[in-house]
Order: sequence, then C-alpha cells, then structure tokens
Amino acid sequence: MKKPIAGGSGGTAGLATTLARPQELHPRRLTRWLESERLLATLLLAPALILLGLFIAYPFVMGVWLSLSSVSVGNPGEFVGIRNFVKAWNDSIFRTAFWNTSFYTFWATLFKLSLGMWLALLLNRHFRGKRIVRAAMLLPFIVPTVLSTFAWRWMFDPTFSVLNWLLYQTGFITNKIPFLSDGTYGMWCAIVVNTWRGMPFFAITLLAGLQTISTDLQEAASLDGANGWHRFWHVTWPLLKPVTVVVVVFSIIQTFSDFQLIYVLTGGGPANATHLLATYAYQIGIATGLLGEGAAISLFMLPVLFIVVWLQLRYLRHLEGA
Amino acid sequence: MTATHDEVTAAPVGRRTFLKTASAAAGLAATGLEGILAAGRAPAYAQGTRLNIVRWVDFIPACDVELKRQAGEASKALGAEVVFEFINANDIQPRITAAMQSGAGPDIMHMLHNWPHLYANGLLDVSDLAEWQSKEQGPFYAQSETYVKVGGKFMALPHSIVPGLIAYRKSWFDEIGVTTFPKTYDELRQVGAKLKKKGHPYGQTLGHTFGDAPAWGYPLLWNFGGVETDKNGKTALDSKGTVESVKFMQAFWKEACDEGGLAWDDTNNNRAFLGGEICATLNGASIYIAAKRGQDKIKDEKGEPLVRDIQHARLPAGPAGTWSYHTAFAHGVMKYTKNPKLAKDFLKWMHGKEQYGKWFQVAEGFSIGSTKVWEQNPLWATIDEPMKGFKTAADNSRVIGFAGPPSAKATEVYTKYVIIDMYAKGVQGTKAEDSVKWAASELGKIYG
Repeated sequence: MKKPIAGGSGGTAGLATTLARPQELHPRRLTRWLESERLLATLLLAPALILLGLFIAYPFVMGVWLSLSSVSVGNPGEFVGIRNFVKAWNDSIFRTAFWNTSFYTFWATLFKLSLGMWLALLLNRHFRGKRIVRAAMLLPFIVPTVLSTFAWRWMFDPTFSVLNWLLYQTGFITNKIPFLSDGTYGMWCAIVVNTWRGMPFFAITLLAGLQTISTDLQEAASLDGANGWHRFWHVTWPLLKPVTVVVVVFSIIQTFSDFQLIYVLTGGGPANATHLLATYAYQIGIATGLLGEGAAISLFMLPVLFIVVWLQLRYLRHLEGA
Repeated sequence: MTATHDEVTAAPVGRRTFLKTASAAAGLAATGLEGILAAGRAPAYAQGTRLNIVRWVDFIPACDVELKRQAGEASKALGAEVVFEFINANDIQPRITAAMQSGAGPDIMHMLHNWPHLYANGLLDVSDLAEWQSKEQGPFYAQSETYVKVGGKFMALPHSIVPGLIAYRKSWFDEIGVTTFPKTYDELRQVGAKLKKKGHPYGQTLGHTFGDAPAWGYPLLWNFGGVETDKNGKTALDSKGTVESVKFMQAFWKEACDEGGLAWDDTNNNRAFLGGEICATLNGASIYIAAKRGQDKIKDEKGEPLVRDIQHARLPAGPAGTWSYHTAFAHGVMKYTKNPKLAKDFLKWMHGKEQYGKWFQVAEGFSIGSTKVWEQNPLWATIDEPMKGFKTAADNSRVIGFAGPPSAKATEVYTKYVIIDMYAKGVQGTKAEDSVKWAASELGKIYG
C-alpha cells in the first residue's frame, strides 16, 4: 500500500515511496540521456550542423581546394598554390569585373537604401488601401529574378526597346539610347534593375523597424517644436540605425555576389564591360571549364565580404555599448 | 486479347524457343542496330532504361519536332525510352561542365564547334561509329572531322553543319543601284554606309554569343591576313593583318552597322531582319525559312511577303582571301553514361541515312550534312533559288585556332570570346593596335 505525501514537507525518500517509479514510464537510459544537457544540446544542434556542413562548409572547402588546384573539366588537376589568384589579379577582365562589382554594389545599395527608406516612411503613415499598397510593393521582390530581368531586357532591347519607342514618340530623343549595347549605359541599367528589385526588401524591413518606434517619442518631439526633418534625424534615425546597418550589410552581401541579374540582362557584355566577379567566375569556371581559375575568381569576394561583416559586427557592438 | 504480364512470364519456354531467342540476343550484341532489326524485337535493355540527349533549341523548330517524333520510334526499336531535351545553345557548355564534374547527367550531348577537344576526357571514343558513318555516307567535310578528332580518335560523331551566308534585302540594295552583292569588304562598307543613311543599317552581333559572332569575327581576321596562331600553335595574332581587320571593323561599325549589335545574341539579328530593321546580316538560313513559313504574317513595307525580297551571298573577300566559318555540330557520348551501348546504338539509328534523311528534309537547307553525300540529296533540286547557295557553303571553312592545329586551347579562346571582344573593344573606341595587343596578350596567357 502506498503511503500518502506528508503535507509537501516530505523528503525525497518519502516521494520515492509514494510516486510511481520513473523507469516504469520511460526507459531509464533514454531519460538519463535527455537529462544530460550536453547530449541534448548536441542532439538538437545536429540537424543544423549537418545541413551547414553539407551545404555551406563542404562547398566552401571544395571551393578553396579548387582555387588552389589546376582542376579543369574532365581533368583532376594538381595543387598549384596561389597561381590561380595571381593569374586572376593579372587579368585585365578580372580587374574590370572587380571594379564593376564594387561600383554596382555601391550605387545599387545607396539607391536601395534611400528609396527604401523613403518608401518605408510613406508606408508608415495611415492612408486608405495601405495594406494593398504594402503587399503590391513586395511584387518585384517576389517575382523570380530571372523572369523580371527578362522583362527588363525586353524593355532595354537594342532594336525593339519599348522605352526607346516611347521616348522617340514623345520627342525626347532622336536616336536610340544604347541601353545595353554601351558599357556605361549597360552598367547603369543593371543598377536600375537591381534597385527596382531590392528596394522592397529595404522598405519592408525598415518599415518593421519604424513600427517598433513608440509614437510617444514623435509626439513629445513635436510638442517640443521639432519639425519633420528634426524628428526624423534626432528621433527616428538613431532608433532605426541598428536595423538599417543589418539591412545594408545583407544587401551588400547579396549585391556583391549578384549573378542572375547580370547573366540574364547583359551576359557581362558588351566586351566584358558589365561583368561582375560572379558572372566572370561562372564564365571561366563553368562555361570554359577552368574550375580552379573560376573558383579563385569567386573567392576574391570573400575578403571583401568578410571586412563588411566584421565592420557591421563592430558597429553593432558599438551601438549596444552606447 | 492481350496477354497479361503473368501469362507471359508463366508461358513455358521450349528448348527451340530459348535457342532462337538466345541466338537473336547474341546476334544483337554482336551487330548492334542491325541485330535489333534482324531480330524483329527490342533488345533486352533493363526495364525503365532511359537515354537522355541534350541538344540546342534548333532555329528551325520543325527539326526539334521531327527529332521528338524520331525519339518515339527509336524508343520502340531500341526497347529503351529515348528522351530529347532542347536547351539554349549558349547554355550547353555550362551543362556539359556540370555533368562531367558530377559524373551524372545526359547520356549524349550536342557538341558545337571544336568543343570535343575541350571535353575529350569526358567523352567516349566513337571511332567505330565514325568509321561506319563515313562508309555509309562518304568522307566527312574537313572541319567536321577536325573538330571531333582528338589524338586520332573520334570523340564525337559529326552530325551536321549550319552554314552562314549573308541574308540581304534585294530591293533595298537595288534602290541604291547595287544589283549584285558586294564582292569585297570595302565595297560592303561603302554600300552599307549608303543604306544606313537611308535607315537600313547592316546587322551584326559582337556580343558573347555562340554562332553569329564567331562566324563573323574569325573570317574577318583570316580574310585580312590575321591568324590566331602559327602552324606550331604559337600565338601570332599581333600582326598587320589583324590590326587592319580591326580598323575595317571600326569604320564599318560606325558607317554601316546597327550599333545596338554589341548587345545582340544569335536571335536578335533574326528578329531585326524580319522586323525590317536591317538590310543584311550574316546568318544561317533560318531568316529565310522563318519568312517563308510565316509569309502570311511577315511582310515587307509594301505589304508583300518578305521572303520574296531575301537573297543570300557569301562573305566578301578581304585582302587575304574569302574564308568563312560555318558551325559544325556533333554528338558526344558522355563517359559516365551507364548505357554506352544503347547510346551508340541510338546514334547509329539517328545518324543513319534513313532517319537523318527525314530530319535533313525538315531542315530545308538550314543544316547540311557532315559529309558531301548530302549535297546529292533531292532536296537541293526543289529548293528555292535563294537557298541553293547553302548546298556547298561549307567548302570554304577554316577552323578555330587557324593556322595552328585544333586544340582545347583554341576552344578556350573561343569560349572566352577573345577574338570577338577584340573587335568589340575596337568599335567601342579602343585604338585598333591596343585592341589587338590586348587580345594577343589574352591569347598568350592561354597558349603560353
């Protein structure tokens, strides 16, 4: 017969005699395992670690190995040290691609941030149909990049561009604008398309950040006589800075390693004028089959992105400290 | 009434039946496709065996329709599912690289130009099939053989050649008093300049695209006396002839061409010509064939079917000759395939006179055979007059890498578009000498 629990003050010995024995409900060994924090943590982390290992670490290590080897299509190759990196550095097309990548990333990120911020501030106001506008704004971000870029390519078509037709018909131009057949125009067209596509990401993230800012702060600033600009600069912007830094860094990473947009829009042409590191690495590594050289070109992105992420972390730590 | 699976498997096999079947199978193993046909039944490939073939999207869509039809017949004849996949020609090389590196993918790949030299390590030797094909259809054109033969072995089976001729608008040339197509590059420049002033520029791509760009750029180099390498395969690009060819291109571009061509791929000039935007362009016969098949819709400015106003001419002569470049096509069996015999059997079926002949007829002269025997095909007797030039167009083709031997390095130069970019840089304002020096230095890195 089981003894009753004595007023909750009973010792463990008492409990042991009054409650059902745990091993009768669960296998004793499994319970012991699950009670071990270290083991449980390992179990819970394992799927994520396996995924990271398979899809991040393995390709990365393979990429590093390829970049240090002379592997080409159908040829196992051998270790060549940093020869591929030196070759890339001495390659005029690589240097063009590196400059293009930096130029493209700088301007596209700047435009996306400015326009995204402007859009977020507009959408943070109350107006009829706000939800529909917010949803519609995401469309460029939702449509697959390849599809939307094809549409832009048609609009910039060297012969049948609808934009040229429109500008000609309205009397703004007398000759076709060489949207994609001139290197400078081609690069700016790519920046426009990238801005169009990436701006919603900025807008929606900054909008989320804006909505966490208490309206009391804005009202208090208004009562103190602050105008719109002052409210933005002294109240909104300081509070939005952490979110902005994170979004900008994400965007820099995505834009610096952009591939699809250029591949579809210009293919890196004319005469390599719009090649980015990713498209040039693809042309050398995949199209030409020089996998070692292609991997080396793409790995040149790593130090740049590493510095960007490091600066971001430093800055965020600084903000937290402040 | 058809027998159920159980009935078939349960049927007793007599000693005679077994011997008959076994001897048919043995014959099949020994003789390939002839064995299949002699046995009157599909060979014993494992159930569910599938043969995948990747080819370009043909500029004559009916050719792909015909191949799909043939795939159905081949599936029955070979007892395995034959499946074609058609992709953009500019995407084939990346696909080959990915497949070779992963050791998995299509069993047969379309090989353009001299690609078999670059991918030889991943291809099966098909010299036996080449020997059979040349016995059946005569010797290959030099370029078809050179492009697939690596170290004395056929690493792909020559299939066809797509010749490039200049399609031009007769009436527009007539309007300025030019009744025969210009015979030299200089004449073409003068005529082109007049036509551009009338709003009818010449159309030429200098973009990174597989066919029309090299078909213009390489002959331009050769016809002005430039060469990629010397006979020993050493870079010899930086020469007076090459510089002259770039200078010609710079002037021709500005005076005569649609300057949007820097961003064109292989399809843009077709659309521009059919849309009445350009007076002439170097192309396969696809413009003419599309205009003919769509003559109810594709009209000239007078409302007449455009096809009636299209004529073809060979590339004009330069100071050093009248060479052309015609794109050769072949099929390569991938080394990783699990069905090498099936792949070879299928190629024998597809390249054989009977099936190939049907496809050849559908191509209407856009694709010509890889051997001279196809010049005798009845198609040429009934074909439209403007198409007759395609019959023997392949007779003046040089090969990529000229004057050196064919090599993977020449393929690399082609794939990196070095020769095309030399001209593209020139027309964008770089001095001719500097464009050539840049290209020569790129070639130096490749050829060593």
